[in-house]
Amino acid sequence: MSAKTESQATAENIVIEMKGINKWYGDFHALKNIDLSVREGERIVICGPSGSGKSTLIRCINHLEAHQQGVITVNGTPLDENSKNITQIRREVGMVFQQFNLFPHMTILDNLCFAPVWARNMPRAEAEKTALRYLERVGISEQKDKYPGQLSGGQQQRVAIARSLCMNPSIMLFDEPTSALDPEMIKEVLDVMIELANTGMTMLVVTHEMSFARSVADRVIFMDGGEIVEENTPDAFFDNPKVDRTQQFLSQILTH
Amino acid sequence: MTVEPIIFQPTPASPAPSSKVGAVAWLRANLFGGWKDTVVTIALLAILLVTVPKLIGWMFVRATFLGDADACRLAGGACWPFIVDKFNVLMLGVYPQELGWRPGIAAIALIVLAALTYTNRMRGIVLIVAWAILPFFALIMIGGAFGMREVDQSLWGGLMLSILLALVGVIVSIPLGVMLALGRYYGSPVVKSLCIAFIELLRGVPLITILFMASVMMPLFLPPDLVINNLLRIQIAMILFSAAYMAEVVRGGLQAIPAGQTEASLALGVTRRHTIAFVIVPQALRHVLPPLIGRCIALFKDTSLVIIVGLLDFLGMIKNAALDTSWLGFQAEAYVFAAVVYWSICYSLSLYGRELERRGPSAQKR
Repeated sequence: MSAKTESQATAENIVIEMKGINKWYGDFHALKNIDLSVREGERIVICGPSGSGKSTLIRCINHLEAHQQGVITVNGTPLDENSKNITQIRREVGMVFQQFNLFPHMTILDNLCFAPVWARNMPRAEAEKTALRYLERVGISEQKDKYPGQLSGGQQQRVAIARSLCMNPSIMLFDEPTSALDPEMIKEVLDVMIELANTGMTMLVVTHEMSFARSVADRVIFMDGGEIVEENTPDAFFDNPKVDRTQQFLSQILTH
Repeated sequence: MTVEPIIFQPTPASPAPSSKVGAVAWLRANLFGGWKDTVVTIALLAILLVTVPKLIGWMFVRATFLGDADACRLAGGACWPFIVDKFNVLMLGVYPQELGWRPGIAAIALIVLAALTYTNRMRGIVLIVAWAILPFFALIMIGGAFGMREVDQSLWGGLMLSILLALVGVIVSIPLGVMLALGRYYGSPVVKSLCIAFIELLRGVPLITILFMASVMMPLFLPPDLVINNLLRIQIAMILFSAAYMAEVVRGGLQAIPAGQTEASLALGVTRRHTIAFVIVPQALRHVLPPLIGRCIALFKDTSLVIIVGLLDFLGMIKNAALDTSWLGFQAEAYVFAAVVYWSICYSLSLYGRELERRGPSAQKR
């Protein structure tokens, strides 16, 4: 099945191509020979135990982490040490963090306008219009003049998603977007992500929300020890995992 | 069949028990909390009872407010006419008195701008530009240009000189300190070492030594035809000294910003330069407002050291005034006046610092 997808993928629009990626932190081998291609509009969920390299993997895609070996190509732009390419890729790839990372000294509206104004040279009025549209979409336009510290965690994460969307990215990376949230607030963030998935956005999501993975993902990737252990469709992944390590992981997170 | 849900009614809030509020409770909690507290309270009250009435007697009851030196000596209390007589000299030094209106206008500009800043009527880029222009305006008014009579810097003195040194010092040393901190924190190894060397060199030497270097030794190194006036050299020395301290304060703020802030901004495609300028530095400065205001206050007080290199600032003029033979014996009044003036200015700075902290987004938590 996965072999078939890959052969099709070359014909279709591949937006992210990772070949032979290796990364070390000092002596620690964090990513081992990662190969991954992502097609346009594909929704991939990456899961695995902590320290398995899943965050590191998606952080390599927008060069928040530098890989030391291998080739990454995003939307046809090679990711190398050329800072122009890096900035170019970052403008096309949005990212949502576990800790939201909103700018606490700016109002919600300023948080959203900041990147379009400074990275795209968009006039302020136009940036505000875009910002309000996205705030509306994530359902918090009435909070636009507040500061991030005045919002709940769920609202902050929705603002963070809207902030990324303001740059009009073609790919969105989510790094455990619901892990820092109170249980009551997880759903409101997942709903926004599901709605985003329905618009056809290419998404790579590191998460432990298995119901999200099952209902939204086209492909689930399981990582352990810096390697991709298993790659499968959600149904096959959850009902019939191929590798014993995957079975063990699933039994640990699904039985309670 | 559905079960009718039980309707939840929150318990109404009740007031705190009355034995924990009110004046008596406050006294008990704060002054007489136990036998140790009681002993300290009584001892301090005793000391205040002995000293305060005497001080008030000298400053107000037995004091002379109108009259001359002889009237003062007769009354035996503080001699305030002495301060009134010397007021102009204390403010301006030996600056030509008939041109005193020019520093006066500069002072009014400073006060108006300070008031606009404090009340938050002026903000953002306009505020920064206004403060950047102010020193130039003050220098033109005091020194004379555009047809106004020029007044040589050797005649500048008094409180005017103290404030000018502090104002220019603060306005230039904060940006310079930020640059040094950024260089030390983000710079390439070479830039980093240069910044560290500069900071450690200036922090490791007393300000007086630096002032001596600037005033006495620098002319020996410079080519003889390059004459930089004494005041400018002193001003530069103070700026560099202050910037080294500011840099360390700001660096503390930079370290307090979580890495996620930089990552979020970079991930949005914002360049590193813009990230530092608009995401990191504003937050860092806000974090370190209290020590930053502290450095401004310290810088203002440090201006009193310029007397060592022959400039007659406010404290210098106080000393001078105390030597006047027609007012001999009243130097205590002069120093009390100096203390009141220094304290008022420093306390205003403190108040402004508190106001800034109160205004920041961190104060608007839910």
